Amino acid sequence: MSTLVEIKNLHVEATTDSGRRIEIIKGVDIEIAKGEIVALIGESGSGKTTIALTLMGYTRPGCRISEGALLIDGKDMATLSERERTKVRGTEVAYVPQSAAAAFNPSQTIMDQVIEVTRIHGLMSPDKARQRAIELFKALSLPSPETIGERYPHQVSGGQLQRLAAAMALIGGPKLVIFDEPTTALDVTTQIDVLKAFKSVMKAGGITGVYVSHDLAVVAQIADRIFVLKGGEVQEEGTTQAILSTPAHPYTQELLSAFEPQETQFAGKRTDKAQPLLVIENVTAGYGRVQEDGLPLVKAVRSVSLSVEKGRNLGIIGESGCGKSTLARCIAGILPASAGNIIFNGKELDHDARRRFHEALREMQIVFQYADTALNPAKPIEDILGRPLTFYHGLNGSARSARIDELLDMVRLPKALRYRHPSELSGGQKQRINFARALAANPKLIICDEITSALDTVVAAAIIELLKDLQRELDLSYIFISHDLSVVEAICDEVMVMYRGEKVEHLTREDMKSPAHPYSKLLFSSVPKLDPTWLDTLVLEPELVRQYGGA
Amino acid sequence: MNSEIARMVAKRLVIAVITLLIVSFAVFFATAMLPGDTASILLGQSATPEAVAGLRQAMHLDDPAMLRFLRWGLGFLTGDLGKSYANDMPISVLVSGRFVNTMQLAGITALISIPFALTLGITSAVMQGSLYDRVVTIVTIGVISVPEFMVASTAVLVFAVYLKWLPAISLVNEVHSLYDLLRMYAMPVMTLTFVVSAQIIRMTRAAVIETLSTPYVEMARLKGASRSRIVLRHALPNALGPIVNALALSLSYLIGGVIIIETIFNYPGIAKLMVDAVATRDLPLIQTCAVIFCAGYLILITIADIIAIISNPRLR
Amino acid sequence: MMQSAPSISAATGFFGYRFNPVGVLAFLVILFWTVVALFAPHIAPYPVGKIVDMDYFGPMSAKLWLGSDYLGRDVLSRIIYGARYTLGIALAGVLIASSCGVIFGMAAAVIGGWFDAALSRFMDAMISIPSKLFGLVIVAAVGSSLPALILTLAFIYTPGSYRFARALAVNVNTMDFITVARVRGENTLYLAVSEILPNIIRPVLADFGIRFVFIVLLLSGLSFLGLGVQPPLADWGALVHENIQGLSFGAAAVIAPSLAIASLTISVNLLIDNLPRKIRDRSA
Repeated sequence: MSTLVEIKNLHVEATTDSGRRIEIIKGVDIEIAKGEIVALIGESGSGKTTIALTLMGYTRPGCRISEGALLIDGKDMATLSERERTKVRGTEVAYVPQSAAAAFNPSQTIMDQVIEVTRIHGLMSPDKARQRAIELFKALSLPSPETIGERYPHQVSGGQLQRLAAAMALIGGPKLVIFDEPTTALDVTTQIDVLKAFKSVMKAGGITGVYVSHDLAVVAQIADRIFVLKGGEVQEEGTTQAILSTPAHPYTQELLSAFEPQETQFAGKRTDKAQPLLVIENVTAGYGRVQEDGLPLVKAVRSVSLSVEKGRNLGIIGESGCGKSTLARCIAGILPASAGNIIFNGKELDHDARRRFHEALREMQIVFQYADTALNPAKPIEDILGRPLTFYHGLNGSARSARIDELLDMVRLPKALRYRHPSELSGGQKQRINFARALAANPKLIICDEITSALDTVVAAAIIELLKDLQRELDLSYIFISHDLSVVEAICDEVMVMYRGEKVEHLTREDMKSPAHPYSKLLFSSVPKLDPTWLDTLVLEPELVRQYGGA
Repeated sequence: MNSEIARMVAKRLVIAVITLLIVSFAVFFATAMLPGDTASILLGQSATPEAVAGLRQAMHLDDPAMLRFLRWGLGFLTGDLGKSYANDMPISVLVSGRFVNTMQLAGITALISIPFALTLGITSAVMQGSLYDRVVTIVTIGVISVPEFMVASTAVLVFAVYLKWLPAISLVNEVHSLYDLLRMYAMPVMTLTFVVSAQIIRMTRAAVIETLSTPYVEMARLKGASRSRIVLRHALPNALGPIVNALALSLSYLIGGVIIIETIFNYPGIAKLMVDAVATRDLPLIQTCAVIFCAGYLILITIADIIAIISNPRLR
Repeated sequence: MMQSAPSISAATGFFGYRFNPVGVLAFLVILFWTVVALFAPHIAPYPVGKIVDMDYFGPMSAKLWLGSDYLGRDVLSRIIYGARYTLGIALAGVLIASSCGVIFGMAAAVIGGWFDAALSRFMDAMISIPSKLFGLVIVAAVGSSLPALILTLAFIYTPGSYRFARALAVNVNTMDFITVARVRGENTLYLAVSEILPNIIRPVLADFGIRFVFIVLLLSGLSFLGLGVQPPLADWGALVHENIQGLSFGAAAVIAPSLAIASLTISVNLLIDNLPRKIRDRSA
């Protein structure tokens, strides 16, 4: 097979806001054969998107290609003039962006934007272009392919927009298509359809592809070869099978092990004698005007009941919009429930946090997803950790300072961090501080609302390990909310599945291998596995898909 | 037009009317708070207490404020604007002629400055960072930072005193030909255009720069679109809302500028009338002029908001 | 862990801050005028009301650096004294406007509900009146004494400060760390002062500077119309007003006060745009 893409010794420089120039891509070599799909995998900051964009001769503002050659079918994108580069874009090399929703112009119809490439480069008449677009829509399994083009971007769902973005890239008949994390923002059930659509169209046309992602399992389904990136350098490369089964480089091994978190000792079966720590009965909550029955117009949580025992963890899993975050806020009292009871430690709690006793507020803490907005950027760490100490326990002076050191120790962070501000910390460190702040209150129950969803896999795995250790040391209970099944499986004794505001099924660890409810079945089977043949052999009952899933 | 748009437009109109009511009440209240009694001012120093009391009664000055406001408001709507204290003429007569003059001045300024400023604003945004952009930015910031009378006096210095091309003062009654007309309008219009354009340029430039840094513009670039295509088809349609908003806001500066320009060039417009009225504490005239300005400004702002609502594709 | 990347060019600065020459120059100009305003009686060469020249609008000379005004008084001295009024009134006005705006804005954001709605509606109505117009109307009502001018200017520019501070505070209010503090049981005052205020103080200071420029311009405009600072006192705008006849001769008496105003306003604008920035050594 002949080589379509050759990246030789690529160096890319960026200028920081203080005027310094640093290298973000440090000498990368990549070769791609015609018809191959190659994956660039790595965590955020590894440079994978930067490399992908340079294939189009494009760098984000502040960056520039300082050295190296980017040969696509013989043409060096690095040395072409800007005008020649614009000729190549869309016709020979095309790009499918990460956030399709942002990449579409809100004031133009979808069809106009999909065929725009043909208008820019004069490839075919508008009518032919429209026909071609509709063919592509069909090939990508989009609903109502004849009419979907007439809509505006905001009238179409996320998964559909992602496929439309792919159609927009393919319409120019490019030789190379770059996919930039296209399924990251989608639910697992939607992701399956989108992945299948991409794969079939690429293989059918023999189109070369570059697939950028941080998710090994997704990449395993679609890529022939994988390049592992870290810090702007290639750590390892090989065929998908080789990388997955016999990774050579320690970083690759780290990535793989983070993917399958270690299982540890779990608490045994429930003892019926112990009184549950938290009991929730028929809680309903939502948004909008209150109707005659006292319930809000939009019910995000419908009559959900659950219980959590001391020392045990409950996981709540579901896709976006199922109400799990709303349920968390209900329990914490941030969004008062409209109906139902919340009983904590035997005492009934007021629905509204503002009316609860401080003791109850102290013993139940909540940790949020985005540490950037959960920590006050204007305060140093010691103030962030110190305030709950003063507020809840009245600690001051040296006692307070000693406790702050203890807390930092507990979350495995160096004591010197107490003088820093949140902006100086990494994502993983911030999330640990977030957690330390919850610990400062000496709680009994910690509600973790998607705390690992914004973190890289390796960092997230470390956080999960920390949670497990702390649970043993401090006899805590967790309610762990996530959309990521593997994370929930790693830490929870019981799992509750939610769909559209309702509790659909309650599973113990043993049940998790074989869920009973149809939606749970669909959800669990939609999670990509590290097996490259998984996607091709996946058979989802069409009835289930029609009822619950898809976009 | 679907019902959602109709509802938002109606809501906007209601807000405009309420704002106008609040504003006119504020104007009335502010001027009615005058320390010193209107009646004794009118009658002068030598008035007897009985005469003052009698006049107060005749002018209904002892009625509660709300009642006076309502009466004044009613009169306003029916065209009876009362009499000016200082000039002893019906206000409606005074105002109408001057109003036309100011409208002419404002109209010509708008016609010249809006296309000029929009072009400069858009082009400097597209060529952000270039020498052209930097020059435009520096000059614009310079004009915005200084008082209008300084721009006006600089213009007078350059064109009337040193170059002697144009007259320093506008004498409306001595216009005998088109040439005279042009010469008379040139300085006020030019100065006002500078002031207003600077504001429009700055706000337009910011709006276009913002749309040019959106992800969908980057996507268009990645599809190989040319710069002109990106600007005309992607950036501008989405910058339309903020640009119309900027034009409406610059009207505020137009009004402020008109006040200064008419004074410095002695132009017989309604703004100069108002300034004179303040100097002589001529209450009814002040109230009338203020409300006319505010109403006009509110109407134009409301139109701008409605255009922004209609042009939002998410509501279609 | 932060990735330390090898740097290609080194950063410059004192104490970890990077100073911009334009910003430094602007700051010096502002400092200059502040000193002039504070020490006016000690700096002015002639008493401010004294007639020192037989000629009106006399030329610039060694004796009278900026010539004489329409009555034969020294222009330089009048400008030096005028600095007190321009800077003093504007500073007083902006302090009142900004503090009221920030206090009310934060309160509205944190308390919410009908308080926020009513106050915001009222402020929006006030903003919709063009400022010069508003200034004229209020001056017509309450006169042009110094306290009246200060309060008028403060009143006209408080709504803008309110709207800005409120928007910032509302933004911060939606952040999770505020929710965390609320759920802890913290009271409103703590939330406003300890959590929100430190996050909005920088943009608020920038707005303070911008508002100062607006107030200087409005004050000068009113004085230029004869409705601001009244004789025998004079701020820079009033100086332009009383010497306007000198424009046809190109007299310094009318140009110099304008230039003084311009130097002040442009410097404040430039300073805000070119504040010394902390060098953040973060890799991309």
